Amino acid sequence: MSQLQVNQSHVSTFQPTTTEGRALTVQKLLRMGFLAVTLLLLIPAGAILAVLVFEGAPGMSWDFLTTPPRQGGAAGGISTALVGTVWLTATALGLALPLGVAAAIYLSEYARDNWLTRTINVAIVNLAGVPSIVHALFGVGAFVYFLQFGKSILAAGSTLAVMTLPVVIVSTRESLQAVPQSFRDACWNMGATRWQTIWRIVLPNSGSGILTGLILVVCRAVGETAPIMFTGAVFLRQMYPNSLDDKCMALSLHLYNVSTQVQDVPDHIPFTVALTLVMVVMSMNSVAIYFRMKLRGKKKW
Amino acid sequence: MVTSPAQTGPAGSRVSATNVDTLLAIRNLTISYGDKVALKDVTLDVKRNDIFGIIGPANAGKTSFLRSLNRMDEFVHTMKVDGDIQFAGRDLTTVRNLYALRRMIGVVFPLPVGLPLSIYNNVALAPRLAGRVKKADLDVIVERCLRRAALWDEVKDRLNSLGSLLSGGQQQRLTIARALSQEPQLLLLDEFSIAVDPVTTMRIEEVLKELKNEMTIILVTNLVQQARRLANRTAFFLGGSCIEINETEKLFSGGATDQRTVDYLEGRFG
Repeated sequence: MSQLQVNQSHVSTFQPTTTEGRALTVQKLLRMGFLAVTLLLLIPAGAILAVLVFEGAPGMSWDFLTTPPRQGGAAGGISTALVGTVWLTATALGLALPLGVAAAIYLSEYARDNWLTRTINVAIVNLAGVPSIVHALFGVGAFVYFLQFGKSILAAGSTLAVMTLPVVIVSTRESLQAVPQSFRDACWNMGATRWQTIWRIVLPNSGSGILTGLILVVCRAVGETAPIMFTGAVFLRQMYPNSLDDKCMALSLHLYNVSTQVQDVPDHIPFTVALTLVMVVMSMNSVAIYFRMKLRGKKKW
Repeated sequence: MVTSPAQTGPAGSRVSATNVDTLLAIRNLTISYGDKVALKDVTLDVKRNDIFGIIGPANAGKTSFLRSLNRMDEFVHTMKVDGDIQFAGRDLTTVRNLYALRRMIGVVFPLPVGLPLSIYNNVALAPRLAGRVKKADLDVIVERCLRRAALWDEVKDRLNSLGSLLSGGQQQRLTIARALSQEPQLLLLDEFSIAVDPVTTMRIEEVLKELKNEMTIILVTNLVQQARRLANRTAFFLGGSCIEINETEKLFSGGATDQRTVDYLEGRFG
Protein backbone atom coordinates (compact mmCIF):
# COMPACT_ATOMS: atom_id res chain seq x y z
CA MET A 1 0.00 0.00 0.00
CA SER A 2 2.77 2.38 0.95
CA GLN A 3 4.43 1.45 -2.31
CA LEU A 4 1.37 2.67 -4.19
CA GLN A 5 1.33 5.97 -2.36
CA VAL A 6 4.97 6.54 -3.10
CA ASN A 7 4.34 5.90 -6.75
CA GLN A 8 1.49 8.39 -6.90
CA SER A 9 3.98 11.21 -7.09
CA HIS A 10 4.82 9.91 -10.56
CA VAL A 11 1.24 9.79 -11.79
CA SER A 12 1.45 13.33 -13.12
CA THR A 13 3.92 11.95 -15.70
CA PHE A 14 0.99 10.25 -17.39
CA GLN A 15 -0.95 13.50 -17.88
CA PRO A 16 -1.17 14.00 -21.64
CA THR A 17 0.75 16.94 -23.00
CA THR A 18 -0.94 19.31 -25.44
CA THR A 19 0.49 17.41 -28.42
CA GLU A 20 -0.58 14.07 -27.03
CA GLY A 21 -4.01 15.45 -26.22
CA ARG A 22 -4.46 16.67 -29.77
CA ALA A 23 -3.27 13.35 -31.19
CA LEU A 24 -5.77 11.52 -28.99
CA THR A 25 -8.64 13.76 -30.10
CA VAL A 26 -7.75 13.35 -33.77
CA GLN A 27 -7.48 9.61 -33.31
CA LYS A 28 -10.89 9.47 -31.63
CA LEU A 29 -12.58 11.58 -34.31
CA LEU A 30 -11.07 9.58 -37.14
CA ARG A 31 -12.16 6.35 -35.55
CA MET A 32 -15.73 7.61 -35.34
CA GLY A 33 -15.54 8.88 -38.91
CA PHE A 34 -14.32 5.55 -40.29
CA LEU A 35 -16.97 3.71 -38.30
CA ALA A 36 -19.70 6.01 -39.65
CA VAL A 37 -18.59 5.44 -43.25
CA THR A 38 -18.52 1.70 -42.69
CA LEU A 39 -22.03 1.76 -41.27
CA LEU A 40 -23.21 3.92 -44.17
CA LEU A 41 -22.19 1.11 -46.50
CA LEU A 42 -24.68 -1.12 -44.80
CA ILE A 43 -27.55 1.16 -45.74
CA PRO A 44 -27.68 0.50 -49.51
CA ALA A 45 -27.06 -3.21 -48.98
CA GLY A 46 -29.78 -3.41 -46.37
CA ALA A 47 -32.16 -1.22 -48.33
CA ILE A 48 -31.81 -3.28 -51.51
CA LEU A 49 -32.49 -6.50 -49.67
CA ALA A 50 -35.40 -5.00 -47.76
CA VAL A 51 -37.07 -3.65 -50.90
CA LEU A 52 -36.57 -6.93 -52.75
CA VAL A 53 -37.99 -8.97 -49.94
CA PHE A 54 -40.83 -6.58 -49.26
CA GLU A 55 -41.90 -6.24 -52.89
CA GLY A 56 -40.79 -9.58 -54.24
CA ALA A 57 -41.44 -12.11 -51.51
CA PRO A 58 -45.25 -12.16 -51.95
CA GLY A 59 -44.81 -13.32 -55.54
CA MET A 60 -42.29 -15.96 -54.63
CA SER A 61 -43.68 -19.48 -54.69
CA TRP A 62 -42.69 -22.96 -55.73
CA ASP A 63 -44.94 -22.58 -58.76
CA PHE A 64 -43.21 -19.37 -59.77
CA LEU A 65 -39.83 -21.09 -59.68
CA THR A 66 -40.98 -24.20 -61.53
CA THR A 67 -43.23 -22.96 -64.33
CA PRO A 68 -41.92 -21.40 -67.54
CA PRO A 69 -42.78 -17.77 -68.27
CA ARG A 70 -45.71 -16.84 -70.51
CA GLN A 71 -46.63 -13.63 -72.34
CA GLY A 72 -43.05 -12.41 -72.34
CA GLY A 73 -42.77 -12.86 -68.61
CA ALA A 74 -45.96 -11.01 -67.74
CA ALA A 75 -47.44 -14.29 -66.59
CA GLY A 76 -46.20 -17.71 -65.52
CA GLY A 77 -42.91 -18.30 -63.68
CA ILE A 78 -39.21 -18.20 -64.35
CA SER A 79 -38.18 -21.85 -64.42
CA THR A 80 -36.47 -21.78 -67.80
CA ALA A 81 -34.59 -18.60 -66.92
CA LEU A 82 -33.42 -20.10 -63.64
CA VAL A 83 -32.27 -23.31 -65.30
CA GLY A 84 -30.66 -21.32 -68.12
CA THR A 85 -28.64 -19.31 -65.63
CA VAL A 86 -27.45 -22.52 -64.02
CA TRP A 87 -26.38 -23.88 -67.43
CA LEU A 88 -24.56 -20.67 -68.31
CA THR A 89 -22.82 -20.47 -64.97
CA ALA A 90 -21.77 -24.10 -65.02
CA THR A 91 -20.41 -23.73 -68.56
CA ALA A 92 -18.47 -20.59 -67.64
CA LEU A 93 -17.15 -22.25 -64.49
CA GLY A 94 -16.20 -25.41 -66.36
CA LEU A 95 -14.17 -23.41 -68.85
CA ALA A 96 -12.68 -20.80 -66.51
CA LEU A 97 -11.55 -23.30 -63.88
CA PRO A 98 -9.07 -25.39 -65.89
CA LEU A 99 -7.85 -22.50 -68.04
CA GLY A 100 -7.54 -20.02 -65.20
CA VAL A 101 -5.87 -22.43 -62.82
CA ALA A 102 -3.43 -23.61 -65.49
CA ALA A 103 -2.46 -20.06 -66.36
CA ALA A 104 -2.12 -19.12 -62.70
CA ILE A 105 0.07 -22.15 -62.02
CA TYR A 106 2.30 -21.16 -64.89
CA LEU A 107 2.58 -17.55 -63.73
CA SER A 108 3.08 -18.41 -60.09
CA GLU A 109 5.24 -21.51 -60.25
CA TYR A 110 7.06 -21.59 -63.56
CA ALA A 111 7.38 -18.15 -65.12
CA ARG A 112 10.65 -16.29 -64.88
CA ASP A 113 10.53 -12.62 -64.14
CA ASN A 114 11.14 -11.38 -67.69
CA TRP A 115 9.47 -9.09 -70.20
CA LEU A 116 7.08 -11.81 -71.37
CA THR A 117 5.78 -12.49 -67.87
CA ARG A 118 5.47 -8.80 -67.17
CA THR A 119 3.58 -8.30 -70.43
CA ILE A 120 1.21 -11.12 -69.56
CA ASN A 121 0.58 -9.64 -66.12
CA VAL A 122 -0.18 -6.22 -67.56
CA ALA A 123 -2.47 -7.82 -70.13
CA ILE A 124 -4.36 -9.67 -67.41
CA VAL A 125 -4.89 -6.53 -65.37
CA ASN A 126 -6.08 -4.65 -68.44
CA LEU A 127 -8.33 -7.48 -69.55
CA ALA A 128 -10.01 -7.39 -66.15
CA GLY A 129 -10.89 -3.77 -66.78
CA VAL A 130 -12.54 -4.28 -70.16
CA PRO A 131 -16.27 -3.44 -69.96
CA SER A 132 -18.60 -6.40 -70.26
CA ILE A 133 -20.32 -5.03 -73.37
CA VAL A 134 -16.96 -5.16 -75.15
CA HIS A 135 -16.59 -8.77 -74.07
CA ALA A 136 -20.06 -9.31 -75.51
CA LEU A 137 -19.03 -8.02 -78.92
CA PHE A 138 -15.84 -10.09 -78.75
CA GLY A 139 -17.96 -13.13 -77.90
CA VAL A 140 -20.21 -12.57 -80.88
CA GLY A 141 -17.26 -12.25 -83.22
CA ALA A 142 -15.11 -14.99 -81.79
CA PHE A 143 -17.51 -17.66 -80.60
CA VAL A 144 -20.80 -17.15 -82.42
CA TYR A 145 -19.36 -16.44 -85.88
CA PHE A 146 -15.66 -17.31 -86.11
CA LEU A 147 -15.79 -20.58 -84.17
CA GLN A 148 -19.34 -21.10 -85.42
CA PHE A 149 -20.80 -22.03 -82.05
CA GLY A 150 -23.88 -20.08 -83.14
CA LYS A 151 -25.99 -18.30 -80.58
CA SER A 152 -25.81 -20.95 -77.89
CA ILE A 153 -25.07 -21.74 -74.27
CA LEU A 154 -21.57 -22.72 -75.35
CA ALA A 155 -20.93 -19.33 -76.94
CA ALA A 156 -22.44 -17.41 -74.03
CA GLY A 157 -20.63 -19.53 -71.44
CA SER A 158 -17.34 -19.07 -73.30
CA THR A 159 -17.86 -15.31 -73.35
CA LEU A 160 -18.54 -15.30 -69.62
CA ALA A 161 -15.44 -17.46 -69.08
CA VAL A 162 -13.22 -15.09 -71.06
CA MET A 163 -14.63 -12.20 -69.09
CA THR A 164 -13.94 -13.82 -65.72
CA LEU A 165 -10.59 -15.43 -66.60
CA PRO A 166 -8.36 -12.50 -65.63
CA VAL A 167 -9.92 -12.29 -62.18
CA VAL A 168 -9.79 -16.08 -61.79
CA ILE A 169 -6.09 -16.03 -62.69
CA VAL A 170 -5.29 -13.26 -60.23
CA SER A 171 -7.20 -14.81 -57.33
CA THR A 172 -5.76 -18.28 -58.02
CA ARG A 173 -2.25 -16.91 -58.25
CA GLU A 174 -2.72 -15.23 -54.89
CA SER A 175 -3.87 -18.51 -53.33
CA LEU A 176 -0.82 -20.27 -54.75
CA GLN A 177 1.50 -17.55 -53.51
CA ALA A 178 0.07 -17.94 -50.03
CA VAL A 179 1.84 -21.30 -49.75
CA PRO A 180 5.22 -20.52 -48.16
CA GLN A 181 8.21 -20.57 -50.48
CA SER A 182 10.14 -22.64 -47.94
CA PHE A 183 7.87 -25.62 -48.70
CA ARG A 184 8.82 -25.45 -52.35
CA ASP A 185 12.50 -25.10 -51.47
CA ALA A 186 12.32 -28.14 -49.24
CA CYS A 187 10.71 -30.23 -51.95
CA TRP A 188 13.11 -29.12 -54.67
CA ASN A 189 16.04 -29.92 -52.43
CA MET A 190 14.65 -33.43 -52.06
CA GLY A 191 14.82 -33.94 -55.79
CA ALA A 192 11.19 -33.18 -56.57
CA THR A 193 10.38 -31.63 -59.92
CA ARG A 194 8.38 -28.46 -60.08
CA TRP A 195 5.26 -30.44 -60.96
CA GLN A 196 5.72 -32.95 -58.14
CA THR A 197 6.04 -30.02 -55.76
CA ILE A 198 2.92 -28.37 -57.14
CA TRP A 199 0.90 -31.59 -57.07
CA ARG A 200 1.93 -32.82 -53.65
CA ILE A 201 2.38 -29.63 -51.67
CA VAL A 202 1.20 -26.44 -53.37
CA LEU A 203 -2.19 -27.44 -54.76
CA PRO A 204 -3.43 -29.42 -51.74
CA ASN A 205 -2.71 -26.38 -49.58
CA SER A 206 -4.26 -23.78 -51.85
CA GLY A 207 -7.22 -25.74 -53.19
CA SER A 208 -9.86 -24.24 -50.91
CA GLY A 209 -8.54 -20.75 -51.55
CA ILE A 210 -8.62 -21.29 -55.29
CA LEU A 211 -12.16 -22.64 -55.11
CA THR A 212 -13.35 -19.79 -52.91
CA GLY A 213 -11.94 -17.17 -55.25
CA LEU A 214 -13.38 -18.98 -58.23
CA ILE A 215 -16.89 -19.11 -56.82
CA LEU A 216 -16.83 -15.46 -55.83
CA VAL A 217 -15.75 -14.50 -59.32
CA VAL A 218 -18.25 -16.69 -61.07
CA CYS A 219 -21.16 -15.40 -59.06
CA ARG A 220 -20.45 -12.01 -60.45
CA ALA A 221 -20.80 -13.54 -63.87
CA VAL A 222 -24.23 -14.87 -62.94
CA GLY A 223 -25.59 -11.36 -62.84
CA GLU A 224 -24.02 -10.18 -66.08
CA THR A 225 -26.44 -9.36 -68.88
CA ALA A 226 -24.46 -7.81 -71.69
CA PRO A 227 -22.08 -10.70 -72.50
CA ILE A 228 -24.90 -13.21 -72.85
CA MET A 229 -27.62 -11.24 -74.58
CA PHE A 230 -25.90 -11.36 -78.00
CA THR A 231 -24.28 -14.76 -77.59
CA GLY A 232 -26.84 -17.21 -76.29
CA ALA A 233 -29.54 -15.83 -74.04
CA VAL A 234 -32.97 -15.29 -75.54
CA PHE A 235 -36.03 -13.22 -74.71
CA LEU A 236 -38.38 -16.10 -74.15
CA ARG A 237 -38.08 -19.84 -74.31
CA GLN A 238 -40.42 -22.26 -72.70
CA MET A 239 -38.26 -25.34 -73.06
CA TYR A 240 -35.34 -26.28 -70.87
CA PRO A 241 -32.02 -26.45 -72.69
CA ASN A 242 -30.90 -29.95 -73.63
CA SER A 243 -27.37 -29.35 -74.77
CA LEU A 244 -24.70 -26.70 -75.01
CA ASP A 245 -25.91 -25.97 -78.55
CA ASP A 246 -29.29 -24.79 -77.31
CA LYS A 247 -30.18 -21.22 -76.59
CA CYS A 248 -31.52 -20.48 -73.15
CA MET A 249 -33.10 -17.82 -71.00
CA ALA A 250 -31.19 -16.19 -68.19
CA LEU A 251 -32.37 -14.52 -64.99
CA SER A 252 -30.39 -11.33 -65.53
CA LEU A 253 -31.68 -10.79 -69.06
CA HIS A 254 -35.19 -11.79 -68.00
CA LEU A 255 -35.08 -9.19 -65.24
CA TYR A 256 -34.10 -6.55 -67.79
CA ASN A 257 -36.94 -7.61 -70.06
CA VAL A 258 -39.73 -7.73 -67.51
CA SER A 259 -38.58 -4.40 -66.07
CA THR A 260 -38.36 -2.44 -69.29
CA GLN A 261 -39.33 -4.33 -72.43
CA VAL A 262 -42.61 -6.03 -71.71
CA GLN A 263 -45.88 -4.19 -71.13
CA ASP A 264 -48.52 -5.04 -68.56
CA VAL A 265 -46.17 -6.90 -66.26
CA PRO A 266 -47.63 -7.18 -62.75
CA ASP A 267 -45.67 -4.87 -60.42
CA HIS A 268 -44.27 -7.59 -58.23
CA ILE A 269 -42.74 -9.78 -60.94
CA PRO A 270 -39.51 -7.80 -61.57
CA PHE A 271 -38.89 -7.77 -57.82
CA THR A 272 -39.47 -11.47 -57.49
CA VAL A 273 -37.10 -12.16 -60.38
CA ALA A 274 -34.50 -9.89 -58.80
CA LEU A 275 -34.96 -11.61 -55.45
CA THR A 276 -34.39 -14.98 -57.10
CA LEU A 277 -31.23 -13.70 -58.77
CA VAL A 278 -29.90 -12.34 -55.49
CA MET A 279 -30.71 -15.62 -53.77
CA VAL A 280 -28.82 -17.60 -56.41
CA VAL A 281 -25.78 -15.35 -55.93
CA MET A 282 -26.04 -15.48 -52.16
CA SER A 283 -26.29 -19.25 -52.07
CA MET A 284 -23.14 -19.47 -54.16
CA ASN A 285 -21.47 -16.98 -51.85
CA SER A 286 -22.38 -19.08 -48.86
CA VAL A 287 -20.67 -22.06 -50.46
CA ALA A 288 -17.57 -19.90 -50.83
CA ILE A 289 -17.83 -18.79 -47.22
CA TYR A 290 -18.16 -22.40 -46.14
CA PHE A 291 -14.95 -23.29 -47.96
CA ARG A 292 -13.15 -20.34 -46.45
CA MET A 293 -14.26 -21.26 -42.93
CA LYS A 294 -13.12 -24.82 -43.51
CA LEU A 295 -9.79 -23.47 -44.71
CA ARG A 296 -9.37 -21.25 -41.69
CA GLY A 297 -10.42 -23.96 -39.29
CA LYS A 298 -7.71 -26.31 -40.50
CA LYS A 299 -4.56 -24.36 -39.85
CA LYS A 300 -1.70 -26.36 -41.22
CA TRP A 301 1.35 -24.29 -40.45
CA MET B 1 30.96 -22.62 -66.24
CA VAL B 2 34.58 -21.63 -66.62
CA THR B 3 37.21 -24.09 -65.60
CA SER B 4 40.46 -22.61 -64.49
CA PRO B 5 43.21 -23.88 -66.80
CA ALA B 6 45.60 -24.18 -63.90
CA GLN B 7 43.37 -26.76 -62.25
CA THR B 8 42.62 -29.10 -65.10
CA GLY B 9 45.11 -31.28 -66.81
CA PRO B 10 44.72 -33.07 -70.12
CA ALA B 11 41.29 -34.11 -71.26
CA GLY B 12 39.63 -36.53 -68.88
CA SER B 13 41.94 -36.12 -65.95
CA ARG B 14 40.06 -34.41 -63.19
CA VAL B 15 41.37 -32.86 -60.07
CA SER B 16 39.31 -34.90 -57.68
CA ALA B 17 39.70 -38.14 -59.57
CA THR B 18 43.22 -38.32 -58.20
CA ASN B 19 41.89 -38.76 -54.71
CA VAL B 20 39.05 -41.18 -54.02
CA ASP B 21 38.70 -39.86 -50.50
CA THR B 22 37.52 -36.53 -51.83
CA LEU B 23 33.77 -36.27 -52.22
CA LEU B 24 33.66 -32.65 -53.29
CA ALA B 25 36.35 -30.80 -55.18
CA ILE B 26 35.57 -27.17 -55.74
CA ARG B 27 37.74 -24.92 -57.89
CA ASN B 28 37.32 -21.18 -58.39
CA LEU B 29 33.64 -21.18 -57.49
CA THR B 30 32.01 -17.83 -58.05
CA ILE B 31 28.30 -17.24 -57.44
CA SER B 32 26.45 -14.11 -58.39
CA TYR B 33 22.87 -12.87 -58.35
CA GLY B 34 22.54 -10.36 -61.17
CA ASP B 35 25.29 -7.83 -60.56
CA LYS B 36 25.78 -8.83 -56.96
CA VAL B 37 28.58 -11.29 -56.30
CA ALA B 38 27.75 -13.51 -53.35
CA LEU B 39 30.81 -15.74 -53.38
CA LYS B 40 34.10 -15.23 -55.13
CA ASP B 41 36.77 -17.63 -56.26
CA VAL B 42 36.40 -20.33 -53.64
CA THR B 43 38.59 -23.40 -53.92
CA LEU B 44 38.28 -26.22 -51.43
CA ASP B 45 38.03 -29.99 -51.04
CA VAL B 46 35.67 -31.92 -48.80
CA LYS B 47 36.75 -35.41 -47.79
CA ARG B 48 34.39 -38.32 -47.47
CA ASN B 49 33.00 -38.97 -43.98
CA ASP B 50 34.25 -35.65 -42.75
CA ILE B 51 32.21 -33.00 -41.08
CA PHE B 52 33.29 -29.90 -42.93
CA GLY B 53 32.47 -26.73 -41.00
CA ILE B 54 31.87 -23.36 -42.57
CA ILE B 55 31.79 -20.38 -40.25
CA GLY B 56 31.40 -16.72 -40.97
CA PRO B 57 29.10 -13.77 -40.39
CA ALA B 58 25.99 -12.93 -42.39
CA ASN B 59 26.44 -12.23 -46.12
CA ALA B 60 29.57 -14.33 -46.21
CA GLY B 61 28.14 -16.45 -49.02
CA LYS B 62 27.67 -19.59 -46.92
CA THR B 63 24.12 -20.33 -47.97
CA SER B 64 24.83 -19.54 -51.62
CA PHE B 65 27.68 -22.02 -51.42
CA LEU B 66 25.34 -24.75 -50.22
CA ARG B 67 22.77 -23.85 -52.86
CA SER B 68 25.30 -24.22 -55.64
CA LEU B 69 26.14 -27.76 -54.50
CA ASN B 70 22.74 -29.16 -55.34
CA ARG B 71 22.28 -26.94 -58.34
CA MET B 72 19.50 -24.81 -56.94
CA ASP B 73 20.43 -22.27 -59.61
CA GLU B 74 17.92 -24.19 -61.71
CA PHE B 75 15.15 -22.75 -59.56
CA VAL B 76 16.60 -19.36 -58.66
CA HIS B 77 16.57 -17.65 -62.01
CA THR B 78 18.95 -14.84 -61.17
CA MET B 79 21.56 -17.12 -59.63
CA LYS B 80 24.66 -17.70 -61.73
CA VAL B 81 27.35 -20.21 -60.82
CA ASP B 82 30.85 -20.12 -62.32
CA GLY B 83 33.73 -22.41 -61.60
CA ASP B 84 34.17 -26.12 -61.24
CA ILE B 85 32.33 -28.32 -58.76
CA GLN B 86 33.07 -32.03 -58.79
CA PHE B 87 30.82 -34.26 -56.75
CA ALA B 88 32.07 -37.84 -56.40
CA GLY B 89 34.31 -37.25 -59.38
CA ARG B 90 31.53 -35.92 -61.57
CA ASP B 91 31.48 -32.39 -62.92
CA LEU B 92 28.14 -30.96 -61.77
CA THR B 93 27.60 -29.04 -65.01
CA THR B 94 27.52 -32.34 -66.89
CA VAL B 95 24.79 -33.76 -64.67
CA ARG B 96 21.54 -33.81 -66.62
CA ASN B 97 19.44 -35.59 -64.01
CA LEU B 98 19.54 -32.93 -61.34
CA TYR B 99 16.76 -34.67 -59.43
CA ALA B 100 18.96 -37.70 -58.87
CA LEU B 101 21.77 -35.40 -57.79
CA ARG B 102 19.56 -33.69 -55.24
CA ARG B 103 18.45 -37.02 -53.86
CA MET B 104 22.11 -37.74 -53.10
CA ILE B 105 22.33 -34.49 -51.18
CA GLY B 106 20.18 -33.90 -48.11
CA VAL B 107 19.52 -30.35 -46.95
CA VAL B 108 18.53 -28.97 -43.56
CA PHE B 109 17.48 -25.33 -43.46
CA PRO B 110 18.03 -22.62 -40.83
CA LEU B 111 14.34 -22.52 -40.00
CA PRO B 112 12.70 -25.92 -39.68
CA VAL B 113 10.44 -26.81 -42.57
CA GLY B 114 7.83 -29.33 -41.58
CA LEU B 115 5.82 -29.81 -44.73
CA PRO B 116 2.06 -29.64 -44.23
CA LEU B 117 1.82 -33.42 -44.44
CA SER B 118 1.61 -36.02 -41.72
CA ILE B 119 4.82 -36.85 -39.91
CA TYR B 120 4.87 -40.18 -41.71
CA ASN B 121 4.36 -38.60 -45.11
CA ASN B 122 7.02 -35.99 -44.44
CA VAL B 123 9.62 -38.71 -44.10
CA ALA B 124 8.12 -40.93 -46.79
CA LEU B 125 7.99 -38.13 -49.35
CA ALA B 126 11.52 -38.44 -50.72
CA PRO B 127 11.38 -42.25 -51.09
CA ARG B 128 8.00 -41.87 -52.79
CA LEU B 129 9.38 -39.29 -55.18
CA ALA B 130 12.12 -41.79 -55.96
CA GLY B 131 9.46 -44.36 -56.80
CA ARG B 132 9.34 -46.48 -53.65
CA VAL B 133 5.71 -47.03 -52.84
CA LYS B 134 5.49 -50.31 -50.95
CA LYS B 135 3.97 -49.62 -47.56
CA ALA B 136 6.22 -52.13 -45.82
CA ASP B 137 9.37 -50.52 -47.26
CA LEU B 138 8.20 -47.06 -46.32
CA ASP B 139 7.35 -48.14 -42.77
CA VAL B 140 10.91 -49.33 -42.32
CA ILE B 141 12.42 -46.19 -43.80
CA VAL B 142 10.22 -43.87 -41.75
CA GLU B 143 11.01 -45.60 -38.48
CA ARG B 144 14.73 -45.82 -39.19
CA CYS B 145 15.04 -42.17 -40.19
CA LEU B 146 12.99 -40.90 -37.27
CA ARG B 147 15.06 -43.00 -34.89
CA ARG B 148 18.29 -41.71 -36.32
CA ALA B 149 17.07 -38.14 -36.03
CA ALA B 150 16.25 -38.80 -32.35
CA LEU B 151 12.58 -38.06 -32.89
CA TRP B 152 10.98 -41.52 -33.01
CA ASP B 153 10.16 -41.86 -29.33
CA GLU B 154 8.37 -38.52 -29.26
CA VAL B 155 6.19 -39.06 -32.32
CA LYS B 156 5.78 -42.80 -32.77
CA ASP B 157 2.22 -42.69 -31.44
CA ARG B 158 1.07 -39.86 -33.67
CA LEU B 159 2.68 -40.44 -37.03
CA ASN B 160 -0.51 -39.26 -38.71
CA SER B 161 -0.57 -35.82 -37.17
CA LEU B 162 0.71 -32.84 -39.11
CA GLY B 163 4.49 -32.46 -39.24
CA SER B 164 4.17 -28.72 -39.66
CA LEU B 165 2.52 -28.34 -36.27
CA LEU B 166 5.34 -29.92 -34.25
CA SER B 167 7.45 -27.68 -32.04
CA GLY B 168 10.45 -25.97 -33.61
CA GLY B 169 13.01 -28.41 -32.29
CA GLN B 170 10.92 -31.40 -33.28
CA GLN B 171 10.33 -29.96 -36.73
CA GLN B 172 14.06 -29.50 -37.20
CA ARG B 173 14.65 -33.15 -36.30
CA LEU B 174 11.83 -34.04 -38.68
CA THR B 175 13.64 -32.07 -41.38
CA ILE B 176 16.78 -34.06 -40.62
CA ALA B 177 14.83 -37.33 -40.73
CA ARG B 178 13.46 -36.25 -44.10
CA ALA B 179 16.93 -35.47 -45.37
CA LEU B 180 18.11 -38.90 -44.19
CA SER B 181 15.24 -40.64 -45.95
CA GLN B 182 16.97 -39.81 -49.22
CA GLU B 183 19.94 -41.88 -48.03
CA PRO B 184 22.19 -39.02 -49.05
CA GLN B 185 25.93 -39.19 -49.57
CA LEU B 186 26.21 -35.59 -48.53
CA LEU B 187 24.25 -33.79 -45.84
CA LEU B 188 24.14 -30.01 -45.91
CA LEU B 189 23.21 -28.29 -42.68
CA ASP B 190 22.56 -24.57 -42.90
CA GLU B 191 22.68 -23.03 -39.42
CA PHE B 192 20.37 -25.76 -38.21
CA SER B 193 20.39 -24.63 -34.59
CA ILE B 194 19.05 -21.10 -35.10
CA ALA B 195 15.50 -21.98 -34.13
CA VAL B 196 16.29 -24.89 -31.85
CA ASP B 197 16.70 -24.92 -28.09
CA PRO B 198 20.13 -25.83 -26.63
CA VAL B 199 19.09 -29.29 -25.45
CA THR B 200 17.76 -30.26 -28.87
CA THR B 201 20.88 -28.76 -30.44
CA MET B 202 23.08 -31.04 -28.37
CA ARG B 203 20.94 -34.04 -29.28
CA ILE B 204 21.21 -33.22 -32.96
CA GLU B 205 24.96 -32.75 -32.60
CA GLU B 206 25.21 -36.25 -31.12
CA VAL B 207 23.23 -37.54 -34.09
CA LEU B 208 25.60 -35.83 -36.50
CA LYS B 209 28.64 -37.40 -34.89
CA GLU B 210 27.15 -40.82 -35.58
CA LEU B 211 25.99 -39.94 -39.06
CA LYS B 212 29.42 -39.06 -40.27
CA ASN B 213 30.29 -42.75 -40.28
CA GLU B 214 27.87 -43.11 -43.15
CA MET B 215 27.94 -39.81 -44.97
CA THR B 216 29.78 -36.57 -45.50
CA ILE B 217 28.42 -33.53 -43.74
CA ILE B 218 28.87 -29.86 -44.50
CA LEU B 219 27.94 -27.84 -41.46
CA VAL B 220 27.35 -24.13 -41.98
CA THR B 221 27.08 -22.53 -38.59
CA ASN B 222 27.18 -19.15 -36.98
CA LEU B 223 28.18 -20.73 -33.70
CA VAL B 224 31.96 -20.89 -33.73
CA GLN B 225 31.99 -23.36 -30.87
CA GLN B 226 29.64 -25.68 -32.72
CA ALA B 227 32.13 -25.92 -35.56
CA ARG B 228 34.83 -26.63 -33.02
CA ARG B 229 32.79 -29.41 -31.40
CA LEU B 230 31.84 -31.13 -34.63
CA ALA B 231 33.96 -30.28 -37.63
CA ASN B 232 37.12 -32.06 -38.71
CA ARG B 233 38.03 -29.21 -40.98
CA THR B 234 36.68 -25.69 -40.93
CA ALA B 235 36.56 -22.91 -43.49
CA PHE B 236 36.09 -19.28 -42.61
CA PHE B 237 34.00 -17.30 -45.10
CA LEU B 238 33.84 -13.53 -44.99
CA GLY B 239 32.14 -11.13 -47.37
CA GLY B 240 31.94 -13.63 -50.20
CA SER B 241 35.48 -14.95 -49.93
CA CYS B 242 36.94 -18.00 -48.32
CA ILE B 243 39.56 -16.54 -46.02
CA GLU B 244 41.06 -19.65 -44.54
CA ILE B 245 40.64 -23.43 -44.41
CA ASN B 246 42.33 -25.67 -41.91
CA GLU B 247 41.96 -28.60 -39.56
CA THR B 248 39.51 -27.39 -36.96
CA GLU B 249 41.84 -28.08 -34.07
CA LYS B 250 44.71 -26.19 -35.68
CA LEU B 251 42.44 -23.28 -36.46
CA PHE B 252 41.21 -23.03 -32.91
CA SER B 253 44.51 -23.61 -31.18
CA GLY B 254 46.34 -20.65 -32.58
CA GLY B 255 46.93 -22.01 -36.06
CA ALA B 256 44.86 -19.38 -37.80
CA THR B 257 47.08 -17.38 -40.14
CA ASP B 258 44.76 -14.59 -41.17
CA GLN B 259 44.13 -11.83 -38.64
CA ARG B 260 40.46 -11.66 -39.66
CA THR B 261 40.02 -15.33 -38.79
CA VAL B 262 41.67 -14.82 -35.43
CA ASP B 263 39.40 -11.85 -34.72
CA TYR B 264 36.29 -13.77 -35.69
CA LEU B 265 37.18 -16.83 -33.66
CA GLU B 266 37.81 -14.66 -30.64
CA GLY B 267 34.47 -12.95 -31.10
CA ARG B 268 35.84 -9.53 -31.91
CA PHE B 269 33.36 -9.12 -34.74
CA GLY B 270 30.57 -10.93 -36.54
